[in-house]
Amino acid sequence: MTPNALPPPKPSLSRSIRRALTITRTLLSVYYAYMVEYRAELMFWVLSGSLPLILLGVWTEAAQGGSFSLSPADFARYFLIVFLTRQLTVVWVIWDVEKEVVQGQLSFRLLQPLDPFWHHFAGHAAERLARIPFIAILIALFFGLYPEALWMPSPSRLLLFLIAVSLAFCLRFLVQHTFAMFAFWIERAVAIERFWFLFYLFLSGMAAPLAMFPPVVAQIVMWTPFPYLIYFPVAVLLELETPIAQGFGVMLLWLLLFGITNRYLWRKGLQRYSGMGA
Amino acid sequence: MSIIQVHNLTKVYPVAFKQPGLKGTVKHFFKREYKYVEAVKGVSFELEPGEVVGFLGANGAGKTTTLKMLTGLIHPSSGEARVNGHIPFKRATPFLRQISLIMGQKQQLIWDLPALDSLKINAAVYGIDNDEAQRRIDELAEMLGLSRQLQQPVRKLSLGERMKAELLAALLHRPTVLFLDEPTLGLDVNAQEAVRRFLRDYNDRYNATLILTSHYMADITALCKRVLLIHQGQLIYDGSLDGLLAQFAPSRAVQLDLGKVYDRPHLEQYGQIEKIEGRSVRYLVERDRLTETVSRLLAELDVVDLSVTDPPIEEVIGQVFEQGQVADQGLAPIMANKSTP
Repeated sequence: MTPNALPPPKPSLSRSIRRALTITRTLLSVYYAYMVEYRAELMFWVLSGSLPLILLGVWTEAAQGGSFSLSPADFARYFLIVFLTRQLTVVWVIWDVEKEVVQGQLSFRLLQPLDPFWHHFAGHAAERLARIPFIAILIALFFGLYPEALWMPSPSRLLLFLIAVSLAFCLRFLVQHTFAMFAFWIERAVAIERFWFLFYLFLSGMAAPLAMFPPVVAQIVMWTPFPYLIYFPVAVLLELETPIAQGFGVMLLWLLLFGITNRYLWRKGLQRYSGMGA
Repeated sequence: MSIIQVHNLTKVYPVAFKQPGLKGTVKHFFKREYKYVEAVKGVSFELEPGEVVGFLGANGAGKTTTLKMLTGLIHPSSGEARVNGHIPFKRATPFLRQISLIMGQKQQLIWDLPALDSLKINAAVYGIDNDEAQRRIDELAEMLGLSRQLQQPVRKLSLGERMKAELLAALLHRPTVLFLDEPTLGLDVNAQEAVRRFLRDYNDRYNATLILTSHYMADITALCKRVLLIHQGQLIYDGSLDGLLAQFAPSRAVQLDLGKVYDRPHLEQYGQIEKIEGRSVRYLVERDRLTETVSRLLAELDVVDLSVTDPPIEEVIGQVFEQGQVADQGLAPIMANKSTP
């Protein structure tokens, strides 16, 4: 019997927590350094998410002529916060996971005693930190151009928004990571994400506030995951009419559902993994 | 007790099969046909702790697939593998802490950051504290001849430096079982030698078990006393390198330096000539006729010097892998485990 054959003692809870914190801190700091390597590209990535600012122009213009429940300043604020929410919830994990599975790069991650999920999650979280300065500049620029849209949200709403937007990021990440699991079965899992994006574009509140939808449609949509990815955090901050407790409840349910599906597909997918090319 | 136990390990892959041409493409679109390819067929062997074993085979013979099953990356179709008592595919943390896989053509280091950053992640993931990690990095860097390179972005390193940094990253947690898939691929002769020397030192220092595949026979001859030969998914030889030559090399080379020049027909009566250059002649002589032939040569020719050598191992392996060689020699695949030489 070799000395290593004996099972190591079970780590205590405090030791496990300490280890988790060390891993989190290390992953965030290294992936932050990694993202900062792309500081020039970051500016373009931020700008590439400025569709809401274009829609802002269109809707504020329309609001001046038509009769809508929201004023031009309301529209301006709405799309600005949509822009901010999009920036804080942008996810590309399916492209990375698909590449890892199809090209066999997942192998190295599988050899380590840490679920590869956390590498991607930390990479995304660190990228948010690297992106913040650029977002701040754009928002300052926006209020310089639209001073009438400037307002001060209440601290409690700001806190709720931060919670909602963090959960929105988690949900968006989990949904896309779950779709990425199909890379174990099909060569291009990204196709699923592209199909999903169509619904995301219209039902998340990115193209138009849900208040503009017919009430029945809006009610049905609120049971899907889409509005929780953009509309819900925005509505929380702007104090638009939306049931907050129910919103958080539905969001957590979707997180749970996708979390379970994700783990199931991961386990099944690994049995099909062939480590191609590696 | 064996550290690696493999019994009847088999892996079958489904591979989509498409006829060429438009007709085939259309048919493939509506109905996929799959062929089942047996990449590894009933392989069995055992490895003792501290052994360094060469895993030889032509491209597609099943070497990498076997390594992937032993490291838990892929699920075996049937059979059983245990590494230090663990079933690899379960990927239990104690198992992962004991192994490492190094692939010559793949990298785990983050391309745009210095290797030290990737090493920080590895240290955190394996639960190695900062001081201990630094000690291990210093020790391994010294063994590998690396220093400032660890602070440069990985993309700026030469292939040899990158491979050394990869080795450092793969060994930071001090694995006791190392799987190496073409660890010297693409490296120049000096870098190959450095990697070999390092692997030998690592094996000596930590009594680590190494199983490596390589197309460079120098890697195998320098590191491995024992080799496993795999052909079309089946293990056909498990034993010492010398034994491999005895079993698969049908003849030995007899090199003669003669005192005078003889004409070719005269020399040909003693056996098959491989090369003649002036007074230097090289014969290929079948093993069972070696003593008799050498006696005749010494008695009947003006011999200044004579040496008997095995043909280069590359040639022997090449012959074994030639199509049909295995069947022609009537070699049955090794199904049961053979004892270590």
